[in-house]
Amino acid sequence: MKAYPHRHLLGIEELSPEHVQTILDTADGLREVLDRPIKKVPALRGKTVVNLFYEPSTRTRASFEVAEKVLSADSLSITTATSSVQKGETLLDTARNLEAMNPDMIVIRHSSSGAPHFLARHCRSAIVNAGDGAHEHPTQALLDALTLRQKKGRLKGLRVAIVGDLLHSRVMRSNVWLLTKMGADVVLCAPPTLVPPGIEALAPVTHRIDEAVEGADAVMMLRIQRERMTGGFYPSDREYHLRFGLTAARAARAKKDVLILHPGPMNRGVEIASEVADGPYSVILDQVTNGVAVRMAVLYLLLGGSAEAVA
Amino acid sequence: MKERVLLKGGRVVDPSQGIDEPLDVLLDSGVVEALGKASAKGAEVIDVSGLVVCPGFIDLHVHLREPGREDKETIATGTRAAAAGGFTAVCAMPNTEPVNDQAGITRFILDRARAEGAVRVYPIGAITKGSMGEEIAEYGDLREAGCVAVSDDGRPVASARVFRRALEYAKAFDLTVIDHCEEPTLAQGASMNEGPVATLLGLRGNPSAGEAMIVERDVLLADLTGGKVHVAHLSTALGAEAVRRGKARGVRVTAEATPHHMLLTDSLVKESGYDTSTKMNPPLRSESDREALLEALRDGTVDCIATDHAPHAVDDKKCEYDLAAFGIVGLETAVALCLDRLVGAGVVDLPRLVALLSTNPARVLGLPGGTLAPGSPADVTVLDLARKVKVDPARFESRGRNSPFGGWSLKGGPAMTLVGGRVVFTA
Ligand SMILES: [Zn+2]
Repeated sequence: MKAYPHRHLLGIEELSPEHVQTILDTADGLREVLDRPIKKVPALRGKTVVNLFYEPSTRTRASFEVAEKVLSADSLSITTATSSVQKGETLLDTARNLEAMNPDMIVIRHSSSGAPHFLARHCRSAIVNAGDGAHEHPTQALLDALTLRQKKGRLKGLRVAIVGDLLHSRVMRSNVWLLTKMGADVVLCAPPTLVPPGIEALAPVTHRIDEAVEGADAVMMLRIQRERMTGGFYPSDREYHLRFGLTAARAARAKKDVLILHPGPMNRGVEIASEVADGPYSVILDQVTNGVAVRMAVLYLLLGGSAEAVA
Repeated sequence: MKERVLLKGGRVVDPSQGIDEPLDVLLDSGVVEALGKASAKGAEVIDVSGLVVCPGFIDLHVHLREPGREDKETIATGTRAAAAGGFTAVCAMPNTEPVNDQAGITRFILDRARAEGAVRVYPIGAITKGSMGEEIAEYGDLREAGCVAVSDDGRPVASARVFRRALEYAKAFDLTVIDHCEEPTLAQGASMNEGPVATLLGLRGNPSAGEAMIVERDVLLADLTGGKVHVAHLSTALGAEAVRRGKARGVRVTAEATPHHMLLTDSLVKESGYDTSTKMNPPLRSESDREALLEALRDGTVDCIATDHAPHAVDDKKCEYDLAAFGIVGLETAVALCLDRLVGAGVVDLPRLVALLSTNPARVLGLPGGTLAPGSPADVTVLDLARKVKVDPARFESRGRNSPFGGWSLKGGPAMTLVGGRVVFTA
């Protein structure tokens, strides 16, 4: 049996714990390449990857591009301003034009949930979801897990609080799937207006951040997506910070060695106080390195790179 | 074809007369001449032994798209789809381009239907001018031109004041007001049912309470005004309960339900991997809503089954889920689905299903037909309960291919459709 049997990476939901383990272990193995003086291995020589980004995203796109370069894949990035009224070329036409170049993989970021599934149905290439609407952002959850595992030595039994805009967050959905599959103890926290209905089937929900943070091994802060905040979900940034923001006093309720993760970009003074963001628990730099390692692992496993080429 | 047709040897199921027995049916000059022993002299004899002969099926909720969106459907293709699906008449929703809010447009539709229609077309006029929800349309003119009801379907009438005026004014012309019940601010931006499935898929949800509160409002306003309201495509348990209570109080309210809301749930959006043929409005609801709808069908809260046939061009559906058009085609699958999954599954018996598809819709809008009583229009749907049907959207008469039922194997389906005594479809 193949260690990783899927053709695409569309979400964490459909992965078994063993497959998550395989990706994380592969990423651990590949990370060492990033410390070499010459950061390049021929594992994916001759493979072509297209990064198709319909939403601006400096860090995710850069992370994929670096991973592709390190593994010697030929890659091409296309960033298109997203269009909700479907003016101009359709997603399908764009994908079909790209396929004429015979890529082995398309990495897609799109504001519509399910856009990667749509491509998977209509394209020949392997599809990697780099974030779709409010659905999933699997490589973000994998890199968060890799970071946690690195710092804590395990995922099982860790108490992880996920705090912030749960409603619009694909990072939350991927992380809840991943962490609960791997045996972590997850608690979700948001004002009731930002809790998607039924999410409590996956993890308990509280509206009190003090409760959520209490005794946590890690706190994942979610960005308040102000561009989506047209519905009046909370009265003011001021009140949000006061009632639901992560302040130093609140962070102190967590375990002494708590890790604070944020997928960025941060709204300082809203969901997170600057003193916490810049404090000693931050692992943002590790997240960047791990992001590249995880994406290398995903490319490698999906494109069937040869193990000898990495050694 | 002869003017006299004898349908010989069939089982006649006509709930309007409480008939379910083997009888011959003689049609002459466009009307039903006689049931039972009749002289076949001078008549073309059609052998329907082993088949079920019913009053022609009437679909109260169809989008024919003409005028304006002939790329999606035309009166010709839509009525051919109706004939192939066992329907002898369809009511055409007014959300065409332009909206059917004036007698001239109604007359255009009827002219086209006379020239190219395979089945009868009953136009529905708009509740408000342009279906903008602001000023009521000219119901007198619309009625005179041939409209059988008014509706702003596709969208609700948001203003309670405007809806009240519509119910009141429509009384002068004995028009039923058909509402697409949805509280617009709650449904904004939604592409599926609100609930755990939408949460996992990251799609914005349309809550069932949004339907129910407008059904409640409409029932209250029908009570207040004495007007007649018909709830289009009822999809929720709460909405069904509101209709049930209204009926118990004697309010003039009726309701329809679609096969897809009775047979599918929102979990299909997930199982299909965001297949846009699962996207319609109202959306597929939860399993408990579906069960409540079946109960409402059994206890008479739901008066009739309608398809909400909503054809779209391929490009309108072959795109991202949240950008895809709402709606699915239904004319060519409804009868087979109902025979297999409602009658075959024991939800309702055959006479009840025939009532839901013919007698009741005729009664709801006061249309001719819905009965095989002598003197009524010779509109007949013949069913073959043993026919094996494999749903293949590529072979639809409709221009729309957007069906979530592609590939389904069903038992039972329409065998023949006669309109005004003329055979318009044979399986
Ligand atoms: Zn509607």
